[in-house]
Amino acid sequence: MPFKIPFMPEQASSMAGEVDALTLYLVAMASFFTVLVAAMVIYFAIRYRRRSPDEVGGSFDNSALLEITWTVIPVLIVLFTFVWGARVAFRLYRPPADAVQYYVTGKQWMWKTQHPTGQREINELHVPLGQPVKLLMTSEDVIHSFFVPAFRVKADVLPGRYTSLWFTPTKTGRFHLFCAEYCGAEHSRMIGWVTVMEPEEYQAWLASVPTQGSPTAAGERLFAQLACHTCHQDAAGAKGPALGGLYGRPVALADGRTVLADESYLRESILNPAAKVVAGYEAVMPSFQGQVSEEGILELINYVKSLPAGGSASVAAASEGAL
Amino acid sequence: MSRTGTAETNYLNAQHGLKSWLLTLDHKRIGLLYLMGVSFFFLLGGIFALLIRLELLTPQGDLVQPDTYNRLFSMHGIMMVFFFLIPAIPGVLGNFLIPIMIGTRDVAFPRLNLASWYIFMAGGSITLLGVLAGGVDTGWTFYPPYSSLYSATNVLTVGIGVFVNGFSSILTGLNFMVTIHRMRAPGMTWFRLPLFVWGHYATSFINVLGTPVIAITLLLLVLERAFHLGIFDATKGGDPVLFQHLFWFYSHPAVYIMILPSMAVISELIAAFTRKRVFGYHFVAFSSIGIAVLGFLVWGHHMFVSGQSVYAGTAFSLLTMLVAIPSAIKVFNWSFTLYQGSVSFDTPMLYALGFIGLFMIGGLTGVFLGTLGFDIHVHDTYFVVAHFHYVMVGGTIMGYLGGLHYWWPKITGRIYPEFWGRMSAMLVFVGFNLTFFPQFLLGYMGMPRRYHAYPEEWQVLNVLSTAGASVLGLGFLLPLGYLLWSLKYGKLAGKNPWGAKGLEWTTDSPPPTENFRDAPVVSEEAYDYAGAGHGDGGAPAPARAH
Ligand code: HEC
Ligand SMILES: [Cu+2]
Ligand SMILES: [Cu+2]
Repeated sequence: MPFKIPFMPEQASSMAGEVDALTLYLVAMASFFTVLVAAMVIYFAIRYRRRSPDEVGGSFDNSALLEITWTVIPVLIVLFTFVWGARVAFRLYRPPADAVQYYVTGKQWMWKTQHPTGQREINELHVPLGQPVKLLMTSEDVIHSFFVPAFRVKADVLPGRYTSLWFTPTKTGRFHLFCAEYCGAEHSRMIGWVTVMEPEEYQAWLASVPTQGSPTAAGERLFAQLACHTCHQDAAGAKGPALGGLYGRPVALADGRTVLADESYLRESILNPAAKVVAGYEAVMPSFQGQVSEEGILELINYVKSLPAGGSASVAAASEGAL
Repeated sequence: MSRTGTAETNYLNAQHGLKSWLLTLDHKRIGLLYLMGVSFFFLLGGIFALLIRLELLTPQGDLVQPDTYNRLFSMHGIMMVFFFLIPAIPGVLGNFLIPIMIGTRDVAFPRLNLASWYIFMAGGSITLLGVLAGGVDTGWTFYPPYSSLYSATNVLTVGIGVFVNGFSSILTGLNFMVTIHRMRAPGMTWFRLPLFVWGHYATSFINVLGTPVIAITLLLLVLERAFHLGIFDATKGGDPVLFQHLFWFYSHPAVYIMILPSMAVISELIAAFTRKRVFGYHFVAFSSIGIAVLGFLVWGHHMFVSGQSVYAGTAFSLLTMLVAIPSAIKVFNWSFTLYQGSVSFDTPMLYALGFIGLFMIGGLTGVFLGTLGFDIHVHDTYFVVAHFHYVMVGGTIMGYLGGLHYWWPKITGRIYPEFWGRMSAMLVFVGFNLTFFPQFLLGYMGMPRRYHAYPEEWQVLNVLSTAGASVLGLGFLLPLGYLLWSLKYGKLAGKNPWGAKGLEWTTDSPPPTENFRDAPVVSEEAYDYAGAGHGDGGAPAPARAH
């Protein structure tokens, strides 16, 4: 876009234009009302200025028609504004199906990022141009907030749970990354860069960064190290349910509720297993709170997500066995 | 008729000595006690603000350490919000005027009223102890787990200070409610009440219903910090976002606790300086109630990016939009009051007109922020900082200063120097816009709030903002000087220097301790300038019983 509006940050994501269009509408709407009221006030003030010390005002002091007018018109305008804003927001909240998932862990005072292929970075994130990217984020300590003005996206990063945001970069370059939620002494230094590269360049960059393998592979190692497999195996009579195909499936709980097995559920199942006990099982799983880092948990989740749904028969068998 | 003789005793000279002030039960004297308290906290908060703006003059963060900076903006927010903006207008002007405006001699519970002031001062002193011991660095919002587990500053002391102060709001609210219900003079029906009283009535409800929630929230935070209960601690199964819900359930309505009394003042000023009944009296009165009710339903707009579900976000966005409507109704009615008015441009009116301008911008940018898709980008940026300063400083302080000038002759019996008054109103308006308008732009460009250092490309706008803050500071200091000066050298005011309507202008300036020498009986509408005819322009005597 050759024409640049002053005071607008660069538009570098697929949503930036939509947010800016909304902004321009809001500014136009607000300017209209501000000018209208200002003109009215200034005109009346001059036209009806006091001309003699004991002059008093007129007696025209109410009008149902005027009241209705300046109630109904603003109502219509704010409803219109609301609908427009909600539509933009729904798109901002919902990642497209082909988004590739990256991982972000915030801690006082740095951003740790990880690529789906395992590469890790600090206060930097490299992404390929045109690829929808979804960030799965959590914090190791206090609340932070991941904010890239050029992409018009922001989401708080909370301890103890996952939040996410997504963007599709539409421009190569380096863009500011800020922590937007106050998080202590070095809050204003919890900043970094998102670098958008041509896809080939990105591949070359990936190849140049040493990695210890994909998060899934790392998760598999952890799974064995922490002896998860002793209970979670696709065998009848296993203490724990088989985990194959679990991700994205509804899970029936012992207390009668059903929950969707998303990342937050998997996380909770590892750190606080007693909170949601799977129907048909004893609450014998120990908590791994304090034994695995946030990154470790993400790797475990990746591994669980990668397990194929093959063992569904044995899951059913196992639950019968446990009953 | 002419009882303005100087030999008369009034509430100021009826009794002498420090004790007569510290133990006073007179609502007018208590109002003055509040004036001293809030002025002190305002100055303190202002000094913190000045240091913040000085730091932001350069991008590097080179004036103070990050730790110090974080304490500065936290203490600025806490002092200004809890010890100035919330108590200022009700404490000073509300206390002084409500009983006089409804034609009675005091509030319903004078002892409780004095207790409110002591509680306010106690809360302020505890907070001040916390400041002297090094302050807090949590922001005025105290979000856990930072405030509960990580901050190494005086969260407990300051939290307790703010907690204690809350009771002062609750008791004042209760006192006003009962006073307005039970103590109105004969003939003072609900719809003859000045809009000042309606505004304070609505505010009192928010105070009584909302303040206990923040009290409980802060208490939970104190317990969490002291005993690690785990309510807000994710590692113990708690939820840090729960705190945000509880905090904003009070603190959003608190915005209206700050702005409604100011709107109440503006209605009086517009009526007095157009010599006309406020346009759409009933609509203006009920819009205060509307704001008070709707204000309790919008807290979730502070959590649009806190991991709240998009459906909750959408609902809160819609409700937030609706709260704009009663505000818009007020603005249109005030503006239209000027039509066929007799408009004069004395200092209070300049403040009132300034209020309309600044509140318009503050309110409209509130609609921006309530728009879900827009808020995600500017949440926690300087856009939000600019918005709430437009509402809280542009709104509340303009109303407070306008009201203080308007009733100064009544309170002190003296007239302030008009030229300097107008100067201060202009300086405040210009300085204010110069300080905060650039912050909208900074916010949209992405500058996060609470940043001690920032990228160089934002320096120009920050320099403008700091320059504006200096002008604004001067605008605030001027009244301090000339108002004090006028105590001794100001012209004598007489009963009704503005030729205004309202019971307060029918009694002496300063009023006698019992407010009226003869108990008033009301037989006309509020602001009846054009009405029943006895507009003698000078000092209308209270209408007698038939
Ligand atoms: C002592 C045996 C035991 C060990 C060791 C164990 N689990 Fe479990 N796990 C269980 C049981 C039993 C359940 C079902 C009851 C419940 O939900 O608490 C379960 C449930 C789960 C679930 C939810 C399954 C579903 O169908 O919804 C996940 C995910 C899980 N475990 C992951 C892990 C991981 C990862 C580890 C290793 C870090 C691990 N478990 C170690 C016994 C165990
Ligand atoms: Cu931060
Ligand atoms: Cu709010």
